Amino acid sequence: MKSPATSDVPSTRSQRHRASGRYSALRLLREALTGHRGWRPAWRKAEPRKEYQVVIVGGGGHGLATAYYLANHFGITDVAVLEKGPIGLGNVGRNTTIIRSTYYRPENIRFYDFSLGLWEGLEQELNFNAMVSQRGVVYTWHNDGQRDHMIRRANDMRLAGADCEELDRAALKKLIPPIALDSGRFPVLGAFMQPRGGTVRHDAVAWGYARGASEAGVDIIEHCEVTGLRQAGGRVTGVETTRGFIGAGTVCLAVAGHSSHLAGMADIRLPIETHALQAFVSESIKPFLDVVLMFGAGHFYISQSDKGGMVFGGAIDAHNTYAQRGTQWIAQEVAAEGVALLPDLARLRILRQWSGVMDMTMDGSPIISKLPLEGLVMNGGWCYGGFKAIPAGGYTTAHLIARGASHPLTAHMDLARFAEGRTVDEIGTGPFPWAH
Amino acid sequence: MLRIDCPHCGTRDEVEFRYRGDAGLRRPAAAADTAAFVAYVYERTNPRGWHHEWWYHAAGCRQFLQVWRHTVTHEIHAVGTVAAVLTPPDGAATP
Repeated sequence: MKSPATSDVPSTRSQRHRASGRYSALRLLREALTGHRGWRPAWRKAEPRKEYQVVIVGGGGHGLATAYYLANHFGITDVAVLEKGPIGLGNVGRNTTIIRSTYYRPENIRFYDFSLGLWEGLEQELNFNAMVSQRGVVYTWHNDGQRDHMIRRANDMRLAGADCEELDRAALKKLIPPIALDSGRFPVLGAFMQPRGGTVRHDAVAWGYARGASEAGVDIIEHCEVTGLRQAGGRVTGVETTRGFIGAGTVCLAVAGHSSHLAGMADIRLPIETHALQAFVSESIKPFLDVVLMFGAGHFYISQSDKGGMVFGGAIDAHNTYAQRGTQWIAQEVAAEGVALLPDLARLRILRQWSGVMDMTMDGSPIISKLPLEGLVMNGGWCYGGFKAIPAGGYTTAHLIARGASHPLTAHMDLARFAEGRTVDEIGTGPFPWAH
Repeated sequence: MLRIDCPHCGTRDEVEFRYRGDAGLRRPAAAADTAAFVAYVYERTNPRGWHHEWWYHAAGCRQFLQVWRHTVTHEIHAVGTVAAVLTPPDGAATP
């Protein structure tokens, strides 16, 4: 199923000769028979040049996707992506890999459904196996008011062109046999499901976009930390880095979690606080859960990875932090919620835990916008919805850079909305970044 | 797990408290322009370092407290009542 919004994407991508070669089943077979000696690095490690038309700060999902779409769909190939560490080790590798467009505000539904449409074609687009698995995303509800709210949300999704269906208790139990419908204080009354939602192999997203961008001429420069923004005549002229000054016509900040820090280099204060979100993986078990399941009576979401581990998470850490570790009481709360929903989880051990830091905005919606310094734009403020937004975030940020104006799907994500009273308050909690 | 030394209740675990944001903000005068109120309501310094912040002791004395805490190391420099005048740690950005 394709979202109607996908038709916005021009298909100008040409088939290029790739240094890493085209990946295919035939290639895999040939390499298997010849000792795997023909594989080449998927992307080129570049040295910084003196100047670029566009410098993207941050080699995560959004930075690499922005570079990819700039080079492949908007004809701008004089692009560098600067990453302070190795690519893919920030938030793009620190999430629970869920994709969906189950939002509340219509403008957010349309944006995330555009993203879902891009995910559906991503592997063909990138010639890279990102293991996009549209296994369905299921939300339980536990009381009448919540049911009414969720059905309204489902109807809004349908009006915006996204897919959604309601499940009664019998259908839910048939779909998810291990679910406890009547455990404890929060019996499950029903659920809604977005069948097109699912999961993606998150590392492959970084690698796939890096390969596609690099092949089109983008320089991906690792271990290059931006330490300052140079300005002249009221506009940005480049970035000071740990590897020297790099000139730029346009600088794009794609550093969610650290946007305030980078914007602060130009004395710009953003409506953002940085908070940590944790994720957890259990030991591997046999197939147990073949959808993404969200617990409506708390804040808990879970899926099973292809390796068999249960991948799950919950709420943010509830105080601002730049430390990528996470506090213990969230782990206990998440585990308790998981066991309430899927009691069999009680016998599993948590193998790994990690945490990423994110831009929590004052209205819970992202910021893709020009900043109040000519030539400086940002892609950030993703709260904890950044992973699923990577294709659309990259595409629309490339549009903003190349065309000088917001893509229609991200017109509501501009920074000026806060001053002009147009906040997009996704869950209606007001200007409290820890509450979204 | 943070351990916060509440001036009323003694040292307690973070789970008893609720973070309530930047304590460095000052409400503009009623006659101030829109830009001043936008800055007050929405814009934050969000420092990577020392942060002056409000915490609410929800499961204790139910009082608001001010705390100087480091957002990278989580070290707590000082905790005080709303009325207390705390000495900022070395290196803290002060308004």
